[in-house]
Amino acid sequence: MSDTPNIGFVRHEPIPPSAPPIQQAGVVKWIRENLFSNWINSILTILSIYFVAKIILASTPWMWNGVWTTSSLRECREVLQGTSGACWSVLVERWNQMLFGFKYPVEAYWRPTLTFGLLLVCIAPILFQKLPRNMLMFSAIYPFLAFWLIWGGTLLTPVVVALSLIAGYLAFVKMERLTGFATGLLTGVVAVALVLYLGSFVTAALPEFIALEPVASRDMGGFMLNLILGTVCVSLSIPLGVVLALGRQSNMPIIKGICVVFIEFIRGVPLITLLFVANVVLSYFFPPGTNLDLILRVIIMITLFSAAYIAEVIRGGLAALPRGQYEAADSLGLDYPQAMRLIILPQALKISIPGIVNVAVGLFKDTTLVSVISMFDLVGMIRGPISSSTAWTGIYWELYLLAILLFFVVCYGISQYSQWLERQLRTDHH
Amino acid sequence: MSEAQMKVSDEIAISIENMNKWYGTFHVLRDINLDVQRGERIVICGPSGSGKSTLIRCINALEEHQQGSITVDGTLLSSDVKNIDKVRSEVGMCFQHFNLFPHLTILENCTLAPIWVRKIPKKEAEETAMHFLEKVKIPEQADKYPGQLSGGQQQRVAIARSLCMKPRIMLFDEPTSALDPEMIKEVLDTMIELAEDGMTMLCVTHEMGFARQVANRVIFMDAGQIVEQNEPEEFFNNPQSDRTKLFLSQILGH
Ligand SMILES: Nc1ncnc2c1ncn2[C@@H]1O[C@H](COP(=O)(O)OP(=O)(O)OP(=O)(O)O)[C@@H](O)[C@H]1O
Ligand SMILES: [Mg+2]
Repeated sequence: MSDTPNIGFVRHEPIPPSAPPIQQAGVVKWIRENLFSNWINSILTILSIYFVAKIILASTPWMWNGVWTTSSLRECREVLQGTSGACWSVLVERWNQMLFGFKYPVEAYWRPTLTFGLLLVCIAPILFQKLPRNMLMFSAIYPFLAFWLIWGGTLLTPVVVALSLIAGYLAFVKMERLTGFATGLLTGVVAVALVLYLGSFVTAALPEFIALEPVASRDMGGFMLNLILGTVCVSLSIPLGVVLALGRQSNMPIIKGICVVFIEFIRGVPLITLLFVANVVLSYFFPPGTNLDLILRVIIMITLFSAAYIAEVIRGGLAALPRGQYEAADSLGLDYPQAMRLIILPQALKISIPGIVNVAVGLFKDTTLVSVISMFDLVGMIRGPISSSTAWTGIYWELYLLAILLFFVVCYGISQYSQWLERQLRTDHH
Repeated sequence: MSEAQMKVSDEIAISIENMNKWYGTFHVLRDINLDVQRGERIVICGPSGSGKSTLIRCINALEEHQQGSITVDGTLLSSDVKNIDKVRSEVGMCFQHFNLFPHLTILENCTLAPIWVRKIPKKEAEETAMHFLEKVKIPEQADKYPGQLSGGQQQRVAIARSLCMKPRIMLFDEPTSALDPEMIKEVLDTMIELAEDGMTMLCVTHEMGFARQVANRVIFMDAGQIVEQNEPEEFFNNPQSDRTKLFLSQILGH
């Protein structure tokens, strides 16, 4: 007892708060700590500087010396006379083809351009929660407007489609409240079909009503085609992916089986084979005489492809939710569609955002694969009409640099947005 | 408590007959027979793994039973989804981990089921919700999210959320065992108030003070069976089976 130290302690004077110690700062200190902290680090730093410098030194004069005003590669070479320099004139002369394809009517270029500009307006309220909510009205109208602007024809076509969807939605809401999800859905589908059928007479009777010059699908091309395929397929494959993910969790063996087989099959084959299927085989599945155009077939295939991946991402999100959420929803008497729509999916989708964005970026880049089934998207234009023209054969770097730049800007934008969104959601409720 | 005890009527709220349940080959609930009168307040206790949660989860069909029958408010629980939904909308349940919906505000948590299941207009549902939030003494938190509330507050919201459905029976599965001691009291006070209003309650809990104060009956379960049941005073002061004695000595011993 006597040799244990006295451990009793009472503080009589509180310790006043003090300022944190001053951090040593300065460029030299940072460099020493981060770039030359040990000898391996130092060697790596020197090597990296060497390679970066070499690339910059080699490419700068080439870009800087570039020729902008010639009309063929041969003229470029004459102007440059053996010195290193880019032949930018190909971009000056062919930029419109790279953006719009080589058959889209020049006097209608403003239409896809406007559509793209409006796309930014349409996405803005979906992406940025702080913008006024009634801007979402425009987002709802946008798909129909975009279709009309790009494909042309009478304004009545998209209006009829929009009306049919509104009718279907109203019918669904009314019936769902009264009789439940399944009958609601059925009524909705019937309403859509009915309005479409009636509307087809109207559009057939008035083909010139507020009409733009129609452009056929096969005339779409260039980066515009990549953007069309990317946005349409992403926005279609998310809802389809949700359905597949829920189907895969279903208790009903047939539905579950179909979803599993579908997802596993799609994930097991390369996209390019599906595109070939779209190109040649798919038309056998439709009744003879229906001439489903190639873009539509390709959209179907790419959508199915990415839906399978998105379904798996969402399945991960569903699995991450605690079982208590399902039980709480059940114990309150919510039925399955309500529980999914109101409780489970909003949370599961929030968790799945990084994965979905990842698939979306990959999908957007994969749209360049359509060039192998002789569609003239950006890469298709470069490989086909532009490099095989007599004036520009043999030119690669300049064209692909532009393609890389375009894709990079879009994909980097998407990735930045998703990171921003994650930060938003993380701080949201805590 | 005698005044509250008088509210118990002869009307049967829940009737469980010869009910058996298995998880695979594991016999969790064995030959359960239990009648609950309207207005009765029952506390269920027993060692971990004895099947308490499973029993009360069978009552609102969160778990399926394989043999025997459960009748809630005159509705026989079978595999018929209509009956299950009916029972669930009459029976409120509070969980150990609250299970609030983290993406909805407190108010939205409370109005969701009345709006979608009972088809009550939004405005009316919000008024009801505020009424019950006042009852559990947190109306000022209505616009916050569950993650911003303490555990005790969350559990009280969970109780209010169930009450908004105007249930005739409330089930509680260890509502206080995930809470810090100082929060347990606020939740128990809420439950006591509920009991005094005459709610039919089945409560799995080890809060013996609560059991003495509000229960009409304490049920002791072990190994999937009801081993003993009695009025609280008798149950605590004069337990009959050895298993009960051992259990009581363990939880009251320290
Ligand atoms: N989904 C399940 N599958 C298989 N066995 C289960 C499942 N849920 C529970 N069990 C088992 O059933 C038995 C009873 O579980 P239950 O959760 O009802 O016990 P409890 O009395 O509530 O225990 P505690 O006091 O720990 O909550 C336990 O042995 C448990 O391991
Ligand atoms: Mg339990």
